[in-house]
Amino acid sequence: MDFQLLVAIFPQVLLDGIILGFMYALIALGYTMVYGVLEFINFAHSEIFVFGAFVGVEILLALKSRGLLETLPWPLVLVGILVAGMLASGTLAVTIERVAYRPLRAAPRLIPLISAIGMSFFLQDIIRLFESLWRNAFNLVYPSMDVLNRRFELTSTLDVSTKSLVVIVAALLMLWALHVVVNRTKIGTAIRAVAEDQAAASLMGIDVNRIISLTFLIGGAMGGAAGVLFGVQYSLINPYTGFIPGLKAFTAAVLGGIGNIPGAMLGGLVLGLLEAFAASYMSLLTGGAFGAEYKDIFAFSVLILILIFRPKGLLGEVVRERA
Amino acid sequence: MNLTFNRTLVALAATLAIALLPLGSGLDAQGKGTIKIATQSPLSGGQAALGEGIKLGTQLAVEKYKGPLEKMGFKVDVVPFDDQAKPDVGVANAKNINADKDIMAVIGHLNSGVAIPSSDVYKEVGLVMISPANTNPTVTDRNYPNVNRVCGRDDVQGVVGSEFASGTVKAKTVYVVHDKTTYGQGVAEFFRDDAKKKGMEVLGFEGTEEKSNFDPILTPIRAKNPSVLYFGGIYDQGAPFFKKASEKGIKAKFMGPDGMDSSDLTKIAGKAVVGMYYTSAAGPASALPKAKGFVEDYKKKFSKNPEPYAAEAYDATAIALKAIEAAAKGGKAPSREAVAAEVRKVKYNGITGDIEFDGKGDRKKSNYFVLEVASDNPEKWGDNKIVKQLTIAAPAAKK
Repeated sequence: MDFQLLVAIFPQVLLDGIILGFMYALIALGYTMVYGVLEFINFAHSEIFVFGAFVGVEILLALKSRGLLETLPWPLVLVGILVAGMLASGTLAVTIERVAYRPLRAAPRLIPLISAIGMSFFLQDIIRLFESLWRNAFNLVYPSMDVLNRRFELTSTLDVSTKSLVVIVAALLMLWALHVVVNRTKIGTAIRAVAEDQAAASLMGIDVNRIISLTFLIGGAMGGAAGVLFGVQYSLINPYTGFIPGLKAFTAAVLGGIGNIPGAMLGGLVLGLLEAFAASYMSLLTGGAFGAEYKDIFAFSVLILILIFRPKGLLGEVVRERA
Repeated sequence: MNLTFNRTLVALAATLAIALLPLGSGLDAQGKGTIKIATQSPLSGGQAALGEGIKLGTQLAVEKYKGPLEKMGFKVDVVPFDDQAKPDVGVANAKNINADKDIMAVIGHLNSGVAIPSSDVYKEVGLVMISPANTNPTVTDRNYPNVNRVCGRDDVQGVVGSEFASGTVKAKTVYVVHDKTTYGQGVAEFFRDDAKKKGMEVLGFEGTEEKSNFDPILTPIRAKNPSVLYFGGIYDQGAPFFKKASEKGIKAKFMGPDGMDSSDLTKIAGKAVVGMYYTSAAGPASALPKAKGFVEDYKKKFSKNPEPYAAEAYDATAIALKAIEAAAKGGKAPSREAVAAEVRKVKYNGITGDIEFDGKGDRKKSNYFVLEVASDNPEKWGDNKIVKQLTIAAPAAKK
């Protein structure tokens, strides 16, 4: 076993894991916030995420075909697609809540769950139908912007590309903004109140329906932003891309303690790091006997262990702060 | 009493009429019923570009060569099935194909992992399958009387690849990644084993089902700095893999098997794959001297360039039609077993060269190519340069 190699690639693996972790964290927020207020899992969230990615790629392709992609300043383009993706996914999430979940609010918890799974399939195939008619394509590629692909070689084994930095900065900004909204504003207080007790909150003059819509809007917007960042970072998307990241993000939300916002962020980071380390180190450490294909098995084994000892998740006990 | 009798009579007449209906319409189409050629390939999803090519190649061949059968009084049709590149879907389709007695031959599949279980189903009824694209050795090594292919084999293709890596690229070290499918892992293993034999050092051998996030796999590869990076798999995974590898600054020469052979590779990976080498058991139609007319017809009819394997599907279909003609001598609808037996007897000079099958269904002599990606423009996929061309006989059956 090559010990030097193990040490040399460590910073790069750490970086890969952090990027993946932030991606999971942003998606996990949508699951955890909805669980916080409604106590059910919004399985359509993975499609809300991928919808953001598609809005981003469509705007970029439109800009490219008009020759604007090179002439417009790239930070403007990035902020533009990010905002557009957030708006689109947020609106989609609110619409889904209105159409598929609100009529079932009084029904047993399993009923909206089924409705969510149905919504997820529906959205996948709607996106597929639209893209096949519109572009006659299944896989869509984010047009590459040279600025974003520029790499900074820090050492011979560690380098950072501009787009990785963009992903990290954007994710951090968004997580911080969410933290401020939930903890320091009136709206945030209302969200937390609804999460704690809907009936009492409505007696205090809070419009519960509006707050629930707002929760979907914020969660959906975070998912949309994650979708755009996913596209920028990994460049290839198709209508079914959302499924696996969605499942992982849901896992991250449970790992952090479902319903708990800082928990979702922590859970996302932990899962991202576990995955990156497993994928990079498994085959090196076992001399090729277990390769990168076992990364999920490793990551999820660790997860089961954590949940055995902390069944409510890493931060699950701080019930009062959930939102 | 009288009333019931009348009702029974009416019911009887109606039943008879319905029973005779298909017969009547069959007679309208000049007499002897329909002969159908089924295609099975992925028509939706990430590999649809290649799958569609197989379907269109078959349609073109049927249109061109259905004449003799129509003169005998048969109607000839193509029925395309979408196997979605999934074994379970392929097998389910195969059962439907078996049930349709008019289907006399199957042209397909794209993926060996789908072809192997599906051909087990065809074998139950003796239905012949002629594969334009399945290169995994197991496809024919099972010695089924109904399974044939017009393309080469991975145990040869992998060796052609590693020979090129050691001989022409002069690689000392290789790193091999595959997609864990029957096809991808298979060809990657043949490449790896022969690379070892040729004295190249194999720095790693890794499987992944990942479709987008290749960072963690690429980090150790970058640190180990191999001279050749080989991906055993299909372009929908290979393209983002190589794209990311190039973005990460991996300087290795990229190589892959015929699964890379689609214009979608450059559509997805762009500049990253220009100069990359891939081996193929099916040459580009534009490089085949006899395929000129085919390329023109294809472009005229479908207004796009033929994807790889479209020419192979075209030849496979021509062989199937010839075999059906031979089995239908005397103008009677042939049995499926007879068609399968006739396929093995056909000697055909097609657009991909001379085709003749050996006892296990392999093409006696197949062409193998090493190609270099010439441009990042997907429209120019056909311009890829052939850097090496070999004709190699299929290995003998293992007893």
